[in-house]
Amino acid sequence: MAKVKLNVKILRYNPETDKKPYWKVYTLDTEDDVTILDVLNEIHWKIDGTLAYRRSCRSAICGSCAMKVNGRNVLACETGLHIFKSSNLKIEPLPGFRIIKDLVVDLDEFFAKLERIKPYLILKKSIPDKEFRQLPEEFHKIEESAMCILCGACTSSCPSLWANENYLGPAALLKAYRFIFDSRDDGAEERIDIINDRNGIWRCHTIFNCMEACPKKIKITEYLSKLKVKATENSI
Amino acid sequence: MKVDEAKHYHKLDAVVVGAGLAGLRAALEIARSGYKTAVISKVYPTRSHSGAAQGGIAAALANVAEDSTDLHMFDTIKGSDYLADQDVVELFVNEAIKTTYELENFGVPFSRTEDGRINQRDFGGHSSPRACFSSDITGHVLLHTMYEQCLKHHVHFFNEFQVLSLLIENDISRGVVAWDIRNGGLHIFHSKAVMLATGGYGRAYKITSNAHANTGDALALILECGLPLEDMEFVQFHPTGLYKHGILLSEAARGEGAYIVNDKNERFMKTYAAAKMELAPRDVVSRAEQTEINEGRGIGGQDYVYLDLRHIGKERILERLPQVYELALNYLKVDAITSPVPIQPTAHYSMGGIPANINTEVIKDASGRVIKGLYTAGEASCLSLHGGNRLGTNSLQDAVTFGRIGGVYMNRFITENKFENLPANPLDVAKAKIAAFMEGKGKAKHAVIRAKLQEAMTKMAGVFRCEEDMLKLRGIVKECQEQFKEVTVDDKGLAYNLDLIEAFEVQNLLCFSETIVEGAIARKESRGAHFRNDFPKRDDTNWLRHTLAFRTDKGVTLDHSKEVKIFWDRYAPQERKY
Repeated sequence: MAKVKLNVKILRYNPETDKKPYWKVYTLDTEDDVTILDVLNEIHWKIDGTLAYRRSCRSAICGSCAMKVNGRNVLACETGLHIFKSSNLKIEPLPGFRIIKDLVVDLDEFFAKLERIKPYLILKKSIPDKEFRQLPEEFHKIEESAMCILCGACTSSCPSLWANENYLGPAALLKAYRFIFDSRDDGAEERIDIINDRNGIWRCHTIFNCMEACPKKIKITEYLSKLKVKATENSI
Repeated sequence: MKVDEAKHYHKLDAVVVGAGLAGLRAALEIARSGYKTAVISKVYPTRSHSGAAQGGIAAALANVAEDSTDLHMFDTIKGSDYLADQDVVELFVNEAIKTTYELENFGVPFSRTEDGRINQRDFGGHSSPRACFSSDITGHVLLHTMYEQCLKHHVHFFNEFQVLSLLIENDISRGVVAWDIRNGGLHIFHSKAVMLATGGYGRAYKITSNAHANTGDALALILECGLPLEDMEFVQFHPTGLYKHGILLSEAARGEGAYIVNDKNERFMKTYAAAKMELAPRDVVSRAEQTEINEGRGIGGQDYVYLDLRHIGKERILERLPQVYELALNYLKVDAITSPVPIQPTAHYSMGGIPANINTEVIKDASGRVIKGLYTAGEASCLSLHGGNRLGTNSLQDAVTFGRIGGVYMNRFITENKFENLPANPLDVAKAKIAAFMEGKGKAKHAVIRAKLQEAMTKMAGVFRCEEDMLKLRGIVKECQEQFKEVTVDDKGLAYNLDLIEAFEVQNLLCFSETIVEGAIARKESRGAHFRNDFPKRDDTNWLRHTLAFRTDKGVTLDHSKEVKIFWDRYAPQERKY
């Protein structure tokens, strides 16, 4: 642990007073073992109370604090200063979403897209008295995809989405994977109808940005490719 | 109603405050009965802190070993140090099984046994492997599944709204008033039934596993209405908080076989709980840990000990405990496969909360008179299921089971009752709160006062307590409350004013924290998570009683007349050894 002097450039925007976002620089002394969220808290609590950002669990599970730091989409809470090897930080909101204020973006459409793929078991069989039987290997198929925390880092990093805001995006498609490949689900056809569309799975151009941005290291592009295969099989 | 009030007026059958597991499960029950249901949450629902629960959800399914509801009941009661209300525990253990199968049928991705059933693992204080789990992200998958079910059944979500006042008149609930965080502005939610499910109050402490959002908001609003809180002195300290951060490392680590060791590399639990060792309940393990630290046997004489997973092996760690592994790596740069992980006790769970009867109806006094139309479930509530100390994995089950039960009773209430009128000037309380922070002349900063409170609470109302400390703490809390009167915010804007939200939150912390302190001063015994150095024994003659704490002009008043519900022929109190 050592002392460090930080220069933190934050993209600020207040819809009530600013025509467009602008950069504001803060300098502060801190320890080198703190996280980006610690830095934001330090600024908000001690230097400038008007700074807005989202945060809650601070243990990388709630997905509130995804933002862009020195060019990368990260969760502020689990990202230590050390990974940037620099005392200059540039912090901005997740790209691709409308800014509400400062680092807070509008995720309503992001969540609405999730809803569009029917993110719940669709059952045509009867419900058993106890649990549906699902073998460990069947569970492992969906296990990693179920780890998604809906932070938005992937969808925000996707050039296909930047080019076309109607694209469902990697997070919603990953959720589609999680249900289509769930051995208990009977709704694959219904869901494939929804994603087998120019704004659905086919707008994924296998750029891999989503995978690199995912704080949970989920192999998103791989799962989306499996969806493409499934969609092709279904349409033949 | 004035014109500006009509603009943001919502009339719904039910309003649920809080979008964690308890709130969502209640909302689902009501919405699928066809009633118009709103969930108001200060975060997007999937951000709720239920998602941070890791290890499992308790139900005596007996999928991997023999088990029974009787045994689950006994373990829970013993774990509670005999402060749990046993009728509540009995209902809970029976309903838990149904609740869990229902969760699976909703689509929760559980880890599986070889023959495809829900897998179960060991957990502290449970005498059989009873924790149904999904790797070590059980709370996360439960929360997401529940949110998705609510989408399916068209629950109306009001995301990023902060509730500022409860509309209660003549002991009848009529709705709530909330601040729209994103745009600014007050909204009236007029409803027949209200459920308070805002979670725990761990943020009163400096070292805590709780999220920034866990500021016990509904608890403070209850006190403001002249209603009581129950058993607030019972705060659980989790033994495996990540050193300095307080972030939770799941008890599942110990369920999978991890050791806790001191500076001499001794598994010191053999001195404190020889039979159960690391899998003794949390209060027991946290006290053992703190004793080792206090007596100089922390690592290098410092204020932490080690959680050692190395013998579990890389493959099993990565399969069963991936989150634990990542947390240690990202926050402390410790690779748990090759190195032990520094840990310390962390404020984790609030056994106390809003008093309610077994049907989740909020009660106003020790005789159990209810506030009509007002309900509570999950960590915000005190039924009392967990008594003096909760067992791991009983909280997720509590949230879902009593969320569902609450929903059932709310449905009945909505069917049988008409809308009540709103009180006159329903916005007054909320408006006054906002005006004080936005238009006040004071210069005090809420963040400074919060830090002072949290530091003092951790130091003086933590794992070990004594009268001398707590009398000092009483003074500090009072001082903080006085200083808070001068708080104003830097941010005077309407859009996403985090400064203002935090001011509301600190106001809430200060409001209920004194009930923790007063409850702890008055309870001159040691039971469960409440340990008094000056009264180290449990006192069943005088203290098989709950604490009700009211806030009055003269300070906190306590009522200890509410007796614990005990089935004397079946689960009479006995010595608690592990």
